[in-house]
Amino acid sequence: MNKLKNRTKLNGSSYLLMITVLLFIVMYAAGMIAFSGKGFAKPQMFLNLFISNAGLLVIAMGQTIVMITAGIDISVGSVTALVCMAVANQMENHGANAYVAVAMALGIGLAFGLVQGFLVAYLDIQPFIVTLAGMFFGRGMTSMISTEMISIKNETFLKWANYKIYLPIGSYSKRGNFLPAYIYPTVVIALIVLVVIIIVMKYTKFGRSVYAIGGNAQSAMMMGLNVRKTKLKAYLLDGFLAGVGGFLFCLNSCSGFVEQAKGLEMDAISSAVIGGTLLSGGVGAPFGTLFGVLIKGTISSLITTQGTLSSWWVRITLSALLCFFIVLQSVFASMKKKK
Amino acid sequence: MKKRLLAAFMCVAMSAALVAGCGSKGNTSDTETKDTGSDSESSVITVGFSQVGAESDWRTANSQSMKNTFSKENGYDLIFDDAQQKQENQITAIRNFIQQEVDYIVLAPVTETGWDTVLQEAKDADIPVIIVDRMVDVSDDDLFTAWVGSDFELEGKKACAWLNDYAEAKGMKEINIVDIQGTIGASAQIGRTKGLEDAVKEYGWNLLASQSGEFTQAKGQEVMESMLKQYDNINVVYCENDNEAFGAIDAIEAAGKTVGPDGDILVMSFDSTNAGLTDTLSGKIILNTECNPLHGPRVEEIIQKLKAGEAPDKLAYVDEGIFSYGADVASVTVDGKDYAVTEVTEDVISERAY
Repeated sequence: MNKLKNRTKLNGSSYLLMITVLLFIVMYAAGMIAFSGKGFAKPQMFLNLFISNAGLLVIAMGQTIVMITAGIDISVGSVTALVCMAVANQMENHGANAYVAVAMALGIGLAFGLVQGFLVAYLDIQPFIVTLAGMFFGRGMTSMISTEMISIKNETFLKWANYKIYLPIGSYSKRGNFLPAYIYPTVVIALIVLVVIIIVMKYTKFGRSVYAIGGNAQSAMMMGLNVRKTKLKAYLLDGFLAGVGGFLFCLNSCSGFVEQAKGLEMDAISSAVIGGTLLSGGVGAPFGTLFGVLIKGTISSLITTQGTLSSWWVRITLSALLCFFIVLQSVFASMKKKK
Repeated sequence: MKKRLLAAFMCVAMSAALVAGCGSKGNTSDTETKDTGSDSESSVITVGFSQVGAESDWRTANSQSMKNTFSKENGYDLIFDDAQQKQENQITAIRNFIQQEVDYIVLAPVTETGWDTVLQEAKDADIPVIIVDRMVDVSDDDLFTAWVGSDFELEGKKACAWLNDYAEAKGMKEINIVDIQGTIGASAQIGRTKGLEDAVKEYGWNLLASQSGEFTQAKGQEVMESMLKQYDNINVVYCENDNEAFGAIDAIEAAGKTVGPDGDILVMSFDSTNAGLTDTLSGKIILNTECNPLHGPRVEEIIQKLKAGEAPDKLAYVDEGIFSYGADVASVTVDGKDYAVTEVTEDVISERAY
């Protein structure tokens, strides 16, 4: 019975995933046709989606995992701000080298993951409340470090941030020069994280346990899974990814300041939902979240390219998409019940 | 299981098609633009403008000025992007402009820091970047072509020169001034405070106290209240923006004192927003020094210079007016240059763009 239920669920979610992927392709193709004269069809435009959203992609991976456990993490935006600020402050005002900064970023992420995971898993506190506290704490700590903007000028760090990896594809500029397409190391890291998370969620005991406890914690426990430990691990991984994502974000902005990454948690959650993750847990795929992130990026780049629409349309379109996907999810859920 | 496999296969196939389509499409359409590129370049100038947001009247007027200047009629194609106060949105927008191969990028930065990478990309693509309003803090000043904005110190100097002339004209014996500063560290605060402090030394005024009102009405009122309790001989308040001035006026009136030319205390302010000038018309604010948001024409000047192959000045300041109640002082002299003082009338207010 349980197995059957699981199967229908996975089928429903793979339809959702297909719709997401299709939607992205249609949107991007429409953009390429409508704005081909405005550079939308260039390979670099596509790669920019990854360059601009590398940090968000990694953070959304963590978000997807906790959402599959039927949890949520709204502290990721603040963690990102804290990571950027701490990293910037250590390197600029205390002379730390860039490697120490990386360790710090990961440490901050892990610490958040550990504390929040413990509170959620072992004290049974609502994830929303725990991470809400984490969100305030992170933002507060950021302003404790400094309320001023800190610009990162560390040479090693800037070398990482500005290191272009040229690809064999490219495009011709108006003047007829061939411009090779490029990505930054942040994109490579984000893609590696994506692949690792896909494998972990699909093929490891931990990954399968996350789906099981998210689907039904009670029956997962009866099956002999350690629900608390799995939840703690999920939050720990999520925190770690927030640290990594925060650092990637920092490599993109090269600065730390209090207002940074405000609302990033909402972007991560909406990307996961558009990618087919259910807020009620048990269903979701990191691969879908990738497309959630890409769709968000495509909407904003379509609207920027269009040039006259107010950029608030990004939010409006996103909200419409969210509604669309939530409705779809509940349709699939009710279809499943009928069966 | 079959279905799932099929779905997975289709996903892979489609994304492969996408990547392939992306590459091939990219090439064909680029050759198209290459052909048409030469004639479109000569007729229409494309400008990508990344604006901070729409948080204040000043900002809205700034955006409107750009839109009016870079209109279709004037031979421009403006791509306007509102970053909603987020630096990451601006970075994304600039990358987008680069791919669109705009002729010029105009950036009103949200923050001063964090622009090295993306400005380097613009430089690599040979697109001149003009910064407006706030300055950027980059490792190499060559990363941007020019900057257009306000000279806040000059604003402060102008206001103080006016006060000196006004005091002479009215026969004020001594000036006991308090300074309600802006948000500490903001370039407007630094410049305007410096203008006042230099003047205090030069003219021998008594600067009783300086405290930040954080550019807000509520904080301005709070600071003024405490200053009034501490000192009962204040006769001039130097507010570093209009919102602080509104708060200060409320505090003064609540304390039973009067503002204006015949009252106990003179209120000076900056920005010259519509509401600020309305108070200047009634004399509640005796002098309002403008912080001009109309950057469009100055930016266009720079673009025309670049187009003609000339090198523009690295730093360009916008012209800013001085608005006073009454016409006791016709003009002020700062560093050997004369600046006219405008008497605020209904007509002056209605003629203004913001």
